[in-house]
Amino acid sequence: MSPLEVLRFALRGLTANKLRSGLTTLGILIGVAAVILLIAYGNGSSEAIKKSIQRLGADSLTVSTSTTSSSGGARTQARDLTVKDAEALAKSPSIKSASPVVSGQSSTATYAGTSSTIDRFVGSTPDYFAAASKTIAAGSAFAETDGNVVVIGSTVASDLFAGTDPLGKKINVGGINFTVVGVLKASGSTSGGFNDPDSVAVAPLTAVQASVTGYGALDQIVIQAKSSEQVDAAQAEAESILQQRHGTTDFTVASQASAQSAVADSNKTFTVLLGAVAAISLVVGGIGITNIMLVTVTERTREIGIRKAIGAPRGAILGQFVAEATILSLIGGLLGVAVGVAGSLFTIAGVKPVLVPSSIALSLGVSVVIGLFFGGYPANRAARLRPIEALRHE
Amino acid sequence: MIDVPVLDVRGATKVYGSGETEVHALRGVSLTVERGDYVAIMGASGSGKSTLMNIIGCLDVPSGGTYLLDGVHVGDLDERRLAILRNRRIGFVFQSFNLIPRMSARANVELPLAYGGVKGGERKRRALAALREVGLADRGGHEPNELSGGQQQRVAIARALVTSPTLLLADEPTGALDSKSTADVLGIFDRLARQGRTIVVITHEDEVAAHAKRVVRLVDGRIVEDRRQAPVGVA
Repeated sequence: MSPLEVLRFALRGLTANKLRSGLTTLGILIGVAAVILLIAYGNGSSEAIKKSIQRLGADSLTVSTSTTSSSGGARTQARDLTVKDAEALAKSPSIKSASPVVSGQSSTATYAGTSSTIDRFVGSTPDYFAAASKTIAAGSAFAETDGNVVVIGSTVASDLFAGTDPLGKKINVGGINFTVVGVLKASGSTSGGFNDPDSVAVAPLTAVQASVTGYGALDQIVIQAKSSEQVDAAQAEAESILQQRHGTTDFTVASQASAQSAVADSNKTFTVLLGAVAAISLVVGGIGITNIMLVTVTERTREIGIRKAIGAPRGAILGQFVAEATILSLIGGLLGVAVGVAGSLFTIAGVKPVLVPSSIALSLGVSVVIGLFFGGYPANRAARLRPIEALRHE
Repeated sequence: MIDVPVLDVRGATKVYGSGETEVHALRGVSLTVERGDYVAIMGASGSGKSTLMNIIGCLDVPSGGTYLLDGVHVGDLDERRLAILRNRRIGFVFQSFNLIPRMSARANVELPLAYGGVKGGERKRRALAALREVGLADRGGHEPNELSGGQQQRVAIARALVTSPTLLLADEPTGALDSKSTADVLGIFDRLARQGRTIVVITHEDEVAAHAKRVVRLVDGRIVEDRRQAPVGVA
């Protein structure tokens, strides 16, 4: 009894009841496709977040004050970040620019009777645009020496100017008129939390201090490294310069990389969860195989009896039914891979799925193992049937 | 080899159940069948003839006594060897044909050869030869449900013969057939007997028994009559 022969018997058994075989296959198909798709979507959304973080600036660092020392010691009174700090940082070898930043939350801007709440009104230097990866869609950035000019985000532009060209118009924020010189490109990112990243306006530092924030401390210093490879060096330099100037570590220098890894971690958990849910449906498909194979064995008891009477060894019967179950799950698995790969071509809810090759191999492998495992019990039951009883079965 | 009987059943008993529900299906049956004999085992239902047939066919083991098939002690064999024994030494013909549905007649006939490990080409040749012997060479491609009862039974006989077994064992082979098909099947048996095949037929029909060379009658698990109608040996 060659394995090929056993396989042929199994195929004949399966084709004898095509609808049933098809439906059982469907169970595994859905399971495998779900595993591949959900993992691809999880992976895709984490890639998307990574990309949007990179878009924020892979080469940028943010310095902000912190009231606790980074060594975990006692609370210290933080010294303010100053424009002088920023000027000192800008001279460091790995640092391309250091822009002092003040920002006002929820400032109201008005233009010709319409008003809009700007989530973040930023005062900084022209270098800020490059450091914070803000691209200008229309108009231009302001120069260091400009007075009351502003570059507005796309949300602000559409709120205040709905359709008309905002360039050259004057908007009023905090009692001061700002001339719009540029409009930022929409960031297109929705993953920035509940804040709209496009509800923003950028104006020269002194103008914002005069109108919105007052002449207090800086909120941040945004540093741009000379290249993304030099981010680590820039971070080290920034830390030592500020340490020297402040005499204590009352600040934090955060790179986008650290934010990136935090997001990547939470995304991994998310992907694993999605995969686990999909794996459950794969197991349910496996139970479907057991169920249908048990029915098949009962239905074909007489046939098994005949086969045994004419000398089929136990192994041949066992092999036939295990092969039937495995073929079912393998075909289901292969079709599931096809459906999963096809499904991952579609973008759903703004997420472009990214296939994980190992998830394909894994789910296909698991589906075969499921066939062997869940088909094993019914097959064993068939192989143990006693021929006289099986022959008597109606 | 010639003096080893094909069947040698000695004092076989079979008890089903235990205690109050104990049923004695066989109460000590001894039966020897020589090579080339054609034996009809007769009895009413409940006489134990089906039990005897299961034991002879190595589908069941006796509770007591011994059974030698072709000189081999069947009681000593494990399941795997019993399967091989059934495959090589016994050809079964059942009352309800027991062909496997949705498999062509030829595939059905090839089945015992497949389990016996015979290769494809050889298998096809032997299956066709067996079908020719029962006069169905042209029906090899038909599935059982496309054949009449008599044709199905002839396919079953071809399947029983294809391994050239020592013993052809038939259980009420004409029980489900009309008189024309019955005559066909009995004609095939007669011819096989003339060729020197050893045949054991379980039946309750006198018409079938009339064809046999020897008639054994069972009542209540015992042999009550053992009558020879024709000599053993090629006629």
